[in-house]
Amino acid sequence: MMLLFDIALFLEKFSLIVVVILGLLGIALYTTFAERKVAAIIQDRKGPNRAGPLGLLQPLADGVKLFMKEEIIPLTANKWLFILGPCLAMLTAMMTSAVIPWSSAIDFFGRKIQLQIADINIGMLYVFGVVSMGVYGIMIGGWASNNKFSLLAAIRGASQIISYELAMGLTLIALLMLTGSLSLKTIVEQQMQSGIWNIVYQPVGFVIFLICAFAECNRTPFDLPEAENELNFGYHQEYSSLKLGFYLFSEYINMFISGAIMSTLFFGGYDIPFLNEAKLAETIGGNIVALMGIVALLLKVVFFLFLFMWVRWTIPRFRYDQLMDLGWKKLIPLALVNMLITGAVILWLNK
Amino acid sequence: MQALTNRVKVLEQKPMSFAERMYFPAILKGMGITFSHIFKKKATISYPEEKRPFSPVFRGLHVLNRDEEGKERCTACGLCAVACPAEAITMEAAERKQNEEHLYREEKYAAKYEINMLRCIFCGLCEEACPKDAIYLTETFAPANFTRDSFIYGKSDLLIPDPTTQPEQLKAAKGLSEDQTNIKK
Repeated sequence: MMLLFDIALFLEKFSLIVVVILGLLGIALYTTFAERKVAAIIQDRKGPNRAGPLGLLQPLADGVKLFMKEEIIPLTANKWLFILGPCLAMLTAMMTSAVIPWSSAIDFFGRKIQLQIADINIGMLYVFGVVSMGVYGIMIGGWASNNKFSLLAAIRGASQIISYELAMGLTLIALLMLTGSLSLKTIVEQQMQSGIWNIVYQPVGFVIFLICAFAECNRTPFDLPEAENELNFGYHQEYSSLKLGFYLFSEYINMFISGAIMSTLFFGGYDIPFLNEAKLAETIGGNIVALMGIVALLLKVVFFLFLFMWVRWTIPRFRYDQLMDLGWKKLIPLALVNMLITGAVILWLNK
Repeated sequence: MQALTNRVKVLEQKPMSFAERMYFPAILKGMGITFSHIFKKKATISYPEEKRPFSPVFRGLHVLNRDEEGKERCTACGLCAVACPAEAITMEAAERKQNEEHLYREEKYAAKYEINMLRCIFCGLCEEACPKDAIYLTETFAPANFTRDSFIYGKSDLLIPDPTTQPEQLKAAKGLSEDQTNIKK
């Protein structure tokens, strides 16, 4: 049997994966810093400013602190599941980054490199599958802690994510009727070609998607699983040291990824607004345009990250019944109506 | 029931209208408020660099005064210890010897004078009780420390520098307290 093993492809994908994972970890570190800064300035404070210039070394100090803490596994905890919880949370958070197109292809010594780890034709479904696996991190962590608060948090987290995933999926169906493709790359390219972002066609869908993204990331106002004042930090109450760090970082990575997915689906991904990339690439070269695309995507994501933080420091937490009410009685019907109207309009336009 | 004043506001608890139940306008308004706070002046005082100004009547750490010739004013009468509601002050009196006139103003002086800064409530009653203007509360406060013993301030900690032999140190000590009042208006 001949095993064709393209070493160049392997190296290309491997280096891309390494860059993305390291990048995500770095972004997670600095998102924690940004969160503290944003919280501070919204509350008329200054925020961390002691470690390094402007406090920029603060995340490193936090990281070192987490490393140095004592690693505690409670006696009554289920040891394997206790360790598996944060691993799963981190793994699933990282895995979603595999299908996000970071930019258009770059030309590397004659080799065309796609800045996307895997352009699979079911990209969006893959993201949904992995994200719903992310809830296992919370569930297993809460269960294995053998603590009633953690367990309550795990139940809340699971039910919340299941309820909001439905509405999220329904908005996505409406979007898919427009694009006709599940591949994220194709969705971005369609938006680049037409020059009109999907937000124009699907404003309601975007708002529902945004709300569901907040819920999926366990961010305020949907941070019931880690409600500090009711559940003592919820599912990661018993965790310490780097296992706690994994949970916290995975939350920020999830935020980043959902920001990237929202940018990709609704805001043209790496598309630079009011600019014809293909024309520009002829004059200044495709590589520079690709880099500009990365910057454009990152700027969009940074905006979403800021939105996540901004909302967190504005809105109080939902009560559990309000959460369920919003999810099942408001968002799902709204998403269904949105889907029906989208379908009807598409049929009507196509005649 | 008749209202006692005409300032009564009758609150109506109507069920929320559809627009209100959308919550979005309210949420956007709230987000506008928090966003505007980004540009507001920060309330923080970055402590070691900037210091919060004390009022001129601030009651901080005690000092034991000397007169212009550098003699200790305290005569160990014990009125401050009696006045102290927290019983933070202890002292031992001694008699001035033949060749000690340049050290102590009166014939009796405090051989030992201790204030426990952990007990002290900085009420200033000692300052008011003193008939000799010997004890004053300054505008500095006790620095943090690791041991309880170090908060018992003896004479060496409390006495101000001698104006005849250590004028620079006295000036420096005064300058410091002035700095603290003037550092931030």
